[in-house]
Amino acid sequence: MSTATERSAKERWEQEVAQAMSRPQPPTTVSGVPIEPLYTPESLPGFDYDAELGYPGQYPFTRGVHATMYRGRLWTMRQFAGFGTPRQTNQRFKFLLEKGQTGLSTAFDLPTLMGLDSDDPRAVGEVGRLGVAVSTLDDIRQLYDGIDLEQVSVSMTINAPAIVIMAFYLANAQDRGWDWKKLRGTIQNDILKEFHAQNEFVFPPEPHVRLVIDVIEFCTRHVPQWNPVSISGYHIREAGSTAVQELAFTLADGFHYVEQTMARGLAVDDFAGRLSFFFNAHNDIFEEVAKYRAARQLWAETMRHTYGARKEASWKLRFHCQTAGCSLQDKQPEVNLIRVAYQALAGVLGGCQSLHTNSMDETLALPTEHAVTLALRTQQVLAYETGVTNTVDPLGGSYFVEALTRQMADEARRYFDRLQQQGGVIAGIENGFFRREIAEAAYAYQRDVDAGRKIIVGVNAFTEAEEKPIDILVIDDTVEKDRIAALRAIKAARSNEEVRRHLDAIRRTAEAGENLMPVLIEAARARVTVGEAINAMADVFGRYDGAAKW
Amino acid sequence: MYLVATTVPPSGESEIMDKPPVRIVLAKIGLDGHDRGIKVVARGLRDAGFHVIYAGLWQTPESVVRTVADEDADWLGLSILSGAHMTLVPRVLHLLRQAGLEHVGVIVGGIIPESDVPKLLELGVARVFGPGTPIPEIVEFLRGRTPAPSAS
Repeated sequence: MSTATERSAKERWEQEVAQAMSRPQPPTTVSGVPIEPLYTPESLPGFDYDAELGYPGQYPFTRGVHATMYRGRLWTMRQFAGFGTPRQTNQRFKFLLEKGQTGLSTAFDLPTLMGLDSDDPRAVGEVGRLGVAVSTLDDIRQLYDGIDLEQVSVSMTINAPAIVIMAFYLANAQDRGWDWKKLRGTIQNDILKEFHAQNEFVFPPEPHVRLVIDVIEFCTRHVPQWNPVSISGYHIREAGSTAVQELAFTLADGFHYVEQTMARGLAVDDFAGRLSFFFNAHNDIFEEVAKYRAARQLWAETMRHTYGARKEASWKLRFHCQTAGCSLQDKQPEVNLIRVAYQALAGVLGGCQSLHTNSMDETLALPTEHAVTLALRTQQVLAYETGVTNTVDPLGGSYFVEALTRQMADEARRYFDRLQQQGGVIAGIENGFFRREIAEAAYAYQRDVDAGRKIIVGVNAFTEAEEKPIDILVIDDTVEKDRIAALRAIKAARSNEEVRRHLDAIRRTAEAGENLMPVLIEAARARVTVGEAINAMADVFGRYDGAAKW
Repeated sequence: MYLVATTVPPSGESEIMDKPPVRIVLAKIGLDGHDRGIKVVARGLRDAGFHVIYAGLWQTPESVVRTVADEDADWLGLSILSGAHMTLVPRVLHLLRQAGLEHVGVIVGGIIPESDVPKLLELGVARVFGPGTPIPEIVEFLRGRTPAPSAS
């Protein structure tokens, strides 16, 4: 019989592992990456603490963008909200602020997201359903009525017509006497991921990116505390990508915006500090934490060494985080509360700056007030009761997390090379590279689930014969009529002559390649609608068809 | 329409090879761009031996019915995650009947509240599949329900 002294501890362990039985589900991450049974110092050859991790708040920011992270200030608890009329959403905003939420996040309805007015025939059945319907400056005015925009930071999740909505927001703020220089918030304004994943685009990729850069340029000069883009991996992941694809494609999109903004003649340090990011928080805690840490490292490294940024602010990757909608199930929906809590934990262990926790009922409908309150409470328990905020980057130094962080950064770099070889991000959109990669990953995942290689509680295991229904939010069918009537009244009261002049100015400016924001702000005041402004731009830019590759 | 009229086997891809594959049109209807589910279903049905025609994003009830007619489809699968299903699905069913295509089976996938499911079934939808439905479940359903095509 052998004793511990006769064999090294390592050999003995290896032998035990070789003889041990394995469960039927292979030990892989949710993205299918194989995980070793154990990580040790040998998993990190040549590990250099100062070069790879350093101190939080310092290059390369692996451990976080602030010196003390949540010891100084907690993340912003920002729940995405919006439905029905601007007045209804305004009430939900006030409800959330009363419950202790510290920032606002606006969801728009699908017609608005696609640049269609509420009275457009293509909007039938969709007005106010998934978000708030906004067609005119008056809608934006009602939406944020009674909220101090110099005090509360506002996020707006909109992309294809982002420049038009931003123009409305700025016109409203100015008309209300708020100082543009004091406005804080974020507009998503990230069209590239729409082409990869979310499919809310109107124009071809190049003119669409130009509009993104118009917003970045204008805000850099006039609205300096505003984040003019939120470079988003969230939707890429929701469309079925792996964690590495989410990481790599998002950063590649970010680099494209940096290059395009610099090509306008802006110095990288004048705008880079205001670029913000948005990542998914999926089920696999360690994979997610490694993803956020690798993202900070890669961004800092590239901004410093490839784009020559000198300011620390330009190197810092700040990000918003949202729990994974695609992980939620309609079976036993209350179990979603538990998924969301673990995902939120991953976001916080990964050092997010703001967080949205999904509600348990989102695979059924928009969330009820009860479900939204529980989602927010999940963050509050995490922040105040669990102790995870006490120290910075608590998983830093874990052999496993460090090895995974390295591995993800390396794999992301390989994607950057592949993209460069095919001519960059726009080429990757046009040749279907992003869509193919994501669809392959989504299909591989579904096959794993169908084959029982991945277990989903309540779906392919631990199912209940009878489901208890939960209460859901029902959107009132009168919203569409209300919105159409309001829009007609505005159209009847405005000067159509003036509207025509503004639409001509939009076309001329689009043609001339000048920044569209100033003419759009003036157009907003003349009650040009979102749909009209988008159509005028489409006259110049053309439209991109949504022919989906699969 | 089809040359060979046999009953559809409950399962087994090899058996399905000796007659024309079942044809299904899949479409995203309305404005929502969530196409992960429908693309996964399209791949899964194709791998199971179905002839899949994916009509793509942003389809209207009119365009979907046109595709069903042009493609001589046995089934139509609609994906909606926007909440507009109670407006758009009845319109599709109405247009199918108007075009004399009531024999085409319609299945719906996406975010459909439990309370709307019986309403859709009553209107003539064959089945509603929620998020997370295993692909084999859809395959089995379609094979079990595909009517034996009459010899032409």
